[in-house]
Amino acid sequence: MKKLFSLALMLAATAAAPAHASLKVFACEPEWASLLQELAGDKIAVDVGTSALQDVHQIEAKPSLIAKVRRADLVVCTGADLEVGWLPQLLRQAANPKVMSGTGNFMAANAITTLEKPTKLDRAAGDVHPQGNPHFQMDPYRMLAIAKALSARLAQLDAANTAVYQQRLGDFSTRWSSAIKRWEVKAAPLRGSKIIVQHASWIYLEHWLGLERIGALEPKPGVPPTSGHLASLIGVAKSGKTLAIVRAAYQDPKSSQWLSERTGVPAVVLPLTVGGDAQSKDLFGLFDSTIDKLLSAAK
Amino acid sequence: MRKSLLALAIFAAISAPAFATGTSQEQIKALEARIKSLEANAEAMRQQAAAAMDALQATKAQIEELKAAQPTQVAAVEEAPAPAEANANAFNPAISIILNGSYSHHSVDPDSYFRSGFPLVGEGGPSAKGISLGESEISFAANIDEKFYGQLTVAVGSDAGQDEVGIEEAYIETTSLKNGFTLRAGRFFSNIGYLNSHHAHTDKFFDRPLAYQAFLGNQYGDDGVQLRWVAPTDLFLEFGTEVFAGNSYPSGGAGNGGVGVHTLFAHAGGDVGDENSWLAGVSMLKSSTVDAEDGFNGDNTLYVADLTWKWAPQGNFKDGGITLRGEYFLDDRDGQYIDPVNPLLVQDWNGVRHGAYFEGVYRINRNWEAGYRYDKLFADENGPYASNFDPSRNSLMLTWLNSEFSLLRLQYSRDASNPSDTDNTLTLQFQTSLGAHGAHKF
Repeated sequence: MKKLFSLALMLAATAAAPAHASLKVFACEPEWASLLQELAGDKIAVDVGTSALQDVHQIEAKPSLIAKVRRADLVVCTGADLEVGWLPQLLRQAANPKVMSGTGNFMAANAITTLEKPTKLDRAAGDVHPQGNPHFQMDPYRMLAIAKALSARLAQLDAANTAVYQQRLGDFSTRWSSAIKRWEVKAAPLRGSKIIVQHASWIYLEHWLGLERIGALEPKPGVPPTSGHLASLIGVAKSGKTLAIVRAAYQDPKSSQWLSERTGVPAVVLPLTVGGDAQSKDLFGLFDSTIDKLLSAAK
Repeated sequence: MRKSLLALAIFAAISAPAFATGTSQEQIKALEARIKSLEANAEAMRQQAAAAMDALQATKAQIEELKAAQPTQVAAVEEAPAPAEANANAFNPAISIILNGSYSHHSVDPDSYFRSGFPLVGEGGPSAKGISLGESEISFAANIDEKFYGQLTVAVGSDAGQDEVGIEEAYIETTSLKNGFTLRAGRFFSNIGYLNSHHAHTDKFFDRPLAYQAFLGNQYGDDGVQLRWVAPTDLFLEFGTEVFAGNSYPSGGAGNGGVGVHTLFAHAGGDVGDENSWLAGVSMLKSSTVDAEDGFNGDNTLYVADLTWKWAPQGNFKDGGITLRGEYFLDDRDGQYIDPVNPLLVQDWNGVRHGAYFEGVYRINRNWEAGYRYDKLFADENGPYASNFDPSRNSLMLTWLNSEFSLLRLQYSRDASNPSDTDNTLTLQFQTSLGAHGAHKF
């Protein structure tokens, strides 16, 4: 009964999408849904394909997602092969030429440069992304660059609302730039701190805040932590003053807790995307929460 | 002594203002002015510093933004200019290779295997005994131009020591039709049922269900044309139809002027909450058959109903959860049986046979998966393959997945194929995928 009720609620919620929205947008990840919300407000209706509690490397090409892509005017995804295991299948099965390529297909990775581009491609090195590390949502500067490109794309698809998109981009840029200043001042004490990460999801955050990654729980990207590898990290964690063992909200807590118990280094869960914790209701909350959680680990 | 010192100090303290008032009122005024100007000076300097800091921050932000916004292509060009010969291959299709191998131990020799009520057709028999390459395949896929996508899958197998190379799929598909339509032409696996359109390397068990073996010769693929439409609804709804030449089982002889097989299919699917997804379908395959492998001539119709339900905590299907699937087949014949060995032996074949399977797969974690499958076939008590015995099979599997690209599978099956034989099979299989990262269907 409860299930039925929640189903009815969901249906009602979809039906209640803003009637005057001129574009239907499918966002692969919550951070892009949130950015779209900032840039377009009720001018668009956004469907988001995944949640902060899901591993976006490993999504199934579910029928519900095919149905969403089928009706979209624009697909906004990370790109850089993050969604390689499912997005191509969604695009092919949805049979929607508007979003297969061209204007209706926005890959955020194409608006920025990525870090950690491998010089050698070999799957023996784990889950290698030939186009570089795709977890760039944790760099506010890249986010701003993507916002500009995405806003231009919205205006291209929906010329009638160009003024609205421009005005909203200006507004977002102002708020975002002053937020960056605030975050940089606040996070200044973190500069030089050492962290151990679960997966290489934090390279952009590390670069921005001057954190030093001294180890990863995954022996190779995408390969689940092994007991031998974890044991070898005990010494690494104890060798210097390690700030935290960082994992994303969707990741299994076992490995980081195990290491935390043996080394006294706090295990910290960071949201990684919008919705990853109670505070991360939007992009601003995402960065506020991330910095707050790192600072509280430093105390 | 102490007292006098204290008195002196008190005197000095009291008299000090008197001295001041008396001596240098103007000096103090001057000092006050000087302090004020110094303060103003300091304030101006502080403001300047703050402005400089702001400007610095803004510049830094701009630099970071510029750095971030550098298009990827530019960076790639700067890093390593591609050699000229590589450019000629830059448009090579995505190549993916499936390598597969197995060892099977059968308690009943596959050569003397017999299934009551159901002749062995296509590739629908038991697996080869001992070590076998199984079926390995090479697949090429790419967009052809702005309107078409193309895919070629070549299967490499061996049959009794003879290497066989066959074209499994070779088709083009439109990418630009409007309103949710897709047209496909060439050789491909029909979209009827659930498993039929899936390549064997995405299966959770080593072999196909008995119903697929008995009614479709393992998997129905043929030369044909497909039209598919996805509805613009919240619920996933897909409808389609196909026309095939009718060369392979359950058809045969490319009857009806080379367009012997027609199919219809409909699939629906969606989510229930964040953790459950489902897909259901009904399909029909109608064939005008000439000299099929089982000796059938006439009109046969196959109906398939399928249901898949997946549950995973938080919707993370690769880290845990349960997949349940069942398919039901009804095979209706209206024609004649002409003995493939002795064409003079002819008898009527009008009858219905059924089959079904149900499987449950438990994903334990990223690396392990276990499953159980129950198969059942219902034979016809009349007709050329009359039988009172209904074959059934139980299978258990355990799979270790090293990564997305490699797995080892152990499977035990107990196949009661006829009243007197039960084939106990133990199979160890490896399966790997190299090259392009495939995106699999739900």
